[in-house]
Amino acid sequence: MTVYWLCFILFLVGLYGVITRRNLIKIAISLSVMEFSCFLFLALIGYTEGGVAPIVDTADPVKTYVDPLPQAMVLTAIVIGLATTAMLMAVIIRIYRKYGTFDIREIKNLRG
Amino acid sequence: MELAISVIVIFMILGAIYAIHASDILSAVIAGGIVGYSLVICFLLLKAPDLAIVQIVVETITLIIMVAVVLDSSRKEAYGKFDTQAWVTAATAVVILAILFWFLKEASAPLAPFGENTMRMADAYVNGAVDKTGSVNLVTGVLFDFRGYDTLGEATVLVTAVLGVLTILRIRGKK
Repeated sequence: MTVYWLCFILFLVGLYGVITRRNLIKIAISLSVMEFSCFLFLALIGYTEGGVAPIVDTADPVKTYVDPLPQAMVLTAIVIGLATTAMLMAVIIRIYRKYGTFDIREIKNLRG
Repeated sequence: MELAISVIVIFMILGAIYAIHASDILSAVIAGGIVGYSLVICFLLLKAPDLAIVQIVVETITLIIMVAVVLDSSRKEAYGKFDTQAWVTAATAVVILAILFWFLKEASAPLAPFGENTMRMADAYVNGAVDKTGSVNLVTGVLFDFRGYDTLGEATVLVTAVLGVLTILRIRGKK
């Protein structure tokens, strides 16, 4: 159970960074920290004590495997996380080119 | 096993805290890399080799993108005087963190202890999956056979993100 708590504390650290930081790059880093803690939590839930990696050995089929379902879901989520991070960095570099700063307090004239 | 993963997660928490408070943005990005690469070790310990391979590739690409962005712009942290707005955000953060912590306490009660997963849903995916899908890797079997539409949606998201990045980064619009 300790691992679950530590994993959640990692999520809270990322959330704290998103709320309190004023630098856009640091907000992006905090978002990826939150993502990683979710991945870790799902992988932790699927773990079985004494299990082996979910690759079937046809010569010796009677084995305990760890749960393959959370792993498949996390695999999808990791790739989507890369896509969102790349998009975020593109937006951030455009904002820097226009305003010359990463500070969210100085990016004020965002009007339509 | 639980002890080893706990130590690595504590290391990840320390890396994340340093990344949030570093005064140089480049070192913040590198410290963020600590979290991602420690996650690779956690995946290996949790018997998930596919996840470890994908995560190490993705983390490297993310780190390269972030370092490129930082080197192309400014490395200064956005400091300022600790005004009323900063107090309000800090107080909001503490309140939200407390509420979420209470939610975790409520939600972790029905959770099975670490390492005693019962595999309610995955039994159908494990038993006889090799005959059904023809793949000895069960994760690949789930991704590309049982949940093929999910992977199609993932590919759609990737294409959309690439198109979005190209649109945002295009220097000059159409006349």
